[in-house]
Amino acid sequence: MSDRAKNFATVGKSLRKVDGVALVTGKPEFVADLQLPDTLIVKVLGSPFAHARIVSIDVSAAEAMPGVACVLTHKNTPTTRHTTAGQGFPEPSPYDTRMFENKVRFVGDRVAAVAADSEEIAEAALKAIRVEYEELPAVLSIDEARRDGAPVIHDEPDSTGIYDVVRNIVADVDIDVGDVVQGFDESDEIVEVTCETQYAQHTPIETHVVLSYLDSANRLVLRTSTQVPFHVRRIVAQTLGIPMQQIRVIKPRIGGGFGTKQEILLEDVAGLISMRTGRPALLSLTRKEEFASSRTRHPMRVRVKLGAMKDGRLHAIEMEATSNTGAYGSHGLTVLANTGSKTLPLYNKAPNAHFYGQAVYTNLPVGGAYRGYGATQGYFPLETAMDEMADRLGMDPIELRRINHIQLGETSPIFEKLGEGREGVSQTVKSCELPRCIEIGSERIGWSKKRGKRLTIGPWVHGIGMSIMMQGSGIPEIDMAAATIKMNEDGSFNLLIGATDLGTGSDTILAQIAAEVLGVPLDKMLVVSSDTDLTPFDVGAYASSTTYVSGMAVQRAAEKVRDQIVRVAAPLLDASADELTLRDNAVFAPAGTSVSLARVCQRAMYETDQFQIGATASCVPHESPAPFLANFAEVAVNRETGKVKVVHYVAAVDCGVAINPQLAEGQMEGAIVNGIGYALTEEMILSSKGRVRNPSLFDYKIPGMLDVPPMDIILVESYEPTGPMGAKSVGEIGINGPIPTIANAIYDAVGIRLTETPFTPERVLQAMKEASS
Amino acid sequence: MSRLTITLTINGREKTFRIDPGEKLLGVLRREGYMGVKKGCGSGDCGACAILFNGRAVNSCLVFAAKADGGTLITIEGLARGEILHPVQIAFLEEGAIQCGYCTPGMVIATVDLLTKNPDPTEGEIREALAGNLCRCTGYVKQVRAVQRAAELMKGGETHV
Repeated sequence: MSDRAKNFATVGKSLRKVDGVALVTGKPEFVADLQLPDTLIVKVLGSPFAHARIVSIDVSAAEAMPGVACVLTHKNTPTTRHTTAGQGFPEPSPYDTRMFENKVRFVGDRVAAVAADSEEIAEAALKAIRVEYEELPAVLSIDEARRDGAPVIHDEPDSTGIYDVVRNIVADVDIDVGDVVQGFDESDEIVEVTCETQYAQHTPIETHVVLSYLDSANRLVLRTSTQVPFHVRRIVAQTLGIPMQQIRVIKPRIGGGFGTKQEILLEDVAGLISMRTGRPALLSLTRKEEFASSRTRHPMRVRVKLGAMKDGRLHAIEMEATSNTGAYGSHGLTVLANTGSKTLPLYNKAPNAHFYGQAVYTNLPVGGAYRGYGATQGYFPLETAMDEMADRLGMDPIELRRINHIQLGETSPIFEKLGEGREGVSQTVKSCELPRCIEIGSERIGWSKKRGKRLTIGPWVHGIGMSIMMQGSGIPEIDMAAATIKMNEDGSFNLLIGATDLGTGSDTILAQIAAEVLGVPLDKMLVVSSDTDLTPFDVGAYASSTTYVSGMAVQRAAEKVRDQIVRVAAPLLDASADELTLRDNAVFAPAGTSVSLARVCQRAMYETDQFQIGATASCVPHESPAPFLANFAEVAVNRETGKVKVVHYVAAVDCGVAINPQLAEGQMEGAIVNGIGYALTEEMILSSKGRVRNPSLFDYKIPGMLDVPPMDIILVESYEPTGPMGAKSVGEIGINGPIPTIANAIYDAVGIRLTETPFTPERVLQAMKEASS
Repeated sequence: MSRLTITLTINGREKTFRIDPGEKLLGVLRREGYMGVKKGCGSGDCGACAILFNGRAVNSCLVFAAKADGGTLITIEGLARGEILHPVQIAFLEEGAIQCGYCTPGMVIATVDLLTKNPDPTEGEIREALAGNLCRCTGYVKQVRAVQRAAELMKGGETHV
């Protein structure tokens, strides 16, 4: 633990989650757990075609069915173009989406919605809708998308923000540092790797769900499972063309998000139904609908070329990414940009670097934000290429990384050149324990004992691999978070935050930060998150921003409140305000005399110079300090079946001061297991017509308890001077590790380089066959 | 379709419901206010809707309500005694086994089932018993520990159900 972190009373402790008891006793805390009388059930009709024009749509039979309250189609709904991406305004994603349209662009795209008294009636009404489609030629791969004469997916005139409509290119990014062509010429060794990643889905156990209703003032209330309540309010107002003040968004407990709920997918439909009918409306995706029509990780093809000198110093790095955004451009530009911006600064020693990429439309499921956000796709080829370069140079892969990775006090020109789909923000690294992460992790896995030994037990051959990485903490100069704290006369505090706990535990860690400043135990902080009527603005839970950005807003609000408290307490203690300290629910003077916080607030509320002790503070981060991670895996590869088993996974992470170590470990454990699924089993299989063929948790295999290896998560603490209480983020980084780490371990075991995920037995066997022939 | 009347003993209280013949227990329980029973898939793949049915953990999304007539059910709401939590619930809290909490009711129910039959399970037995309860947040490390901790607490005499 860093010296500065040692003196904390509340921060740095694995305290129980503030919402834990409610969750473990099954209290009705989630969106669909609120039952309102007369609630309509909404079902959505999805397109059966990947690309088609709706020639006609007849809903008269559906509308005439008893119990049907409302049917929505492109004929009776607003036509405003918008993006479903829940990003800050103005969103860097194209405005290419309408609520409903006379054209559908992927299997599952919205055609109509029905609201009825029951699910059975709604489903029957969907079947009664008569749609005549004119099927159009579809674009079913990234290679077809840019081909001359390819079908144009967004041929409508009113979409904006698309880079090249005719060639189906959503976004294009191209940045240069130095001169890579010359850099490669000067290099002693060149390695080039191209990797392809699959369609994968977040699969939170709670699917997307919203309950909408009108309140007593006829305002629209959206109780929704979202990571971005304030963006929901803004984008629904824009989509429906109603004043934002007419909308209140409430985020209750959320059953997981991982990025898929950084999207405004359902709220406009349910909201419009409530406005039209005056009745509550519940719209909840089935698991099948979730697979077909929600969001995915952008599949990518990424080529990395490295040039190095004989001594291992990297001299040139080039990365070229092609991203498949599917039918709509949600997060298309920014995920693409992050593929470079979150990976290339790691190897800042190379004087020459080039990142080039395009995101293209296809008539396939839609990409979106997904934990890792492009970095996951970028680290696969980058860390594979580093492993290959080490092999070519005859160096230990650890040593190659040690001499090339970014260090404390250093910067990278990439920080400034490439940001959130635009120029970035320059920064120097102010906390970095990556060298210790590598050292601790390599000892724990037994690197020097096991590497290259190819321990063989029957058909199983063991190997070990490693990778390193960085991410960020929020989006500098863009993100904004605010927090409000008000004091009650019993010495408790209300902490009102727009920050969005979707299961991460952010309500708890933000309360820990406030409790630390105010010298109270955690149970004195009463947390409300998030309600656009009650809590101050926060961009929401994405980009690994909550601990760092929202946490700093909370710290500042708490400091303002502390200043008010000591001013009120000073006369009671016959001392000056600046010499008072807060601890144990009281204010202490240097002499040791004290007054309780309750007494202080009573004075402020009822006695002298009365006022409400309370404050709001904001944070806009000026940099995005990176967490760092060293991954190590031991795998066993079955030479007969091609099956890959992860035997042991070690992750040593520097996330600054862990505000709540148990919750930080939980973020890492969950991200790594999600990454292992992405590496080995998870894949949305698409038919030749673009339909998801495995839309269930039976056929889309996410890891269960029997599928996860023994894991060691090691928090290697640093102190980030710009962060709240020394903290950085930890939400995303873990998911980037398993693919390259497992790939490199497979290479150590059987000498094959896998470049396509997931690493199924078929692919492993095929690669072994090719290698031996 | 003609409606049926069924009687269930839920968390110690006998109740009578009118149901449709095709309805599953999950839908009936949620309609009747047992909101701790969660829907994650509707096809028995995720375990979020697990309840104890005649003393055995089942996915309530797979059980026809009509078939449960006369049965005894315990849902997550029935584990705590007022403010006093079940030892499995305490263990899940202590070990940090809860993130979003959506899979937690099913996971806790499956744990109660396991520890009732096998008070001293090995790690392998824990993983086997809870393999049908999917969690996307945790990575299962802390949940396995929570089950082990619950076993200790229950051996120490903290039992009920």
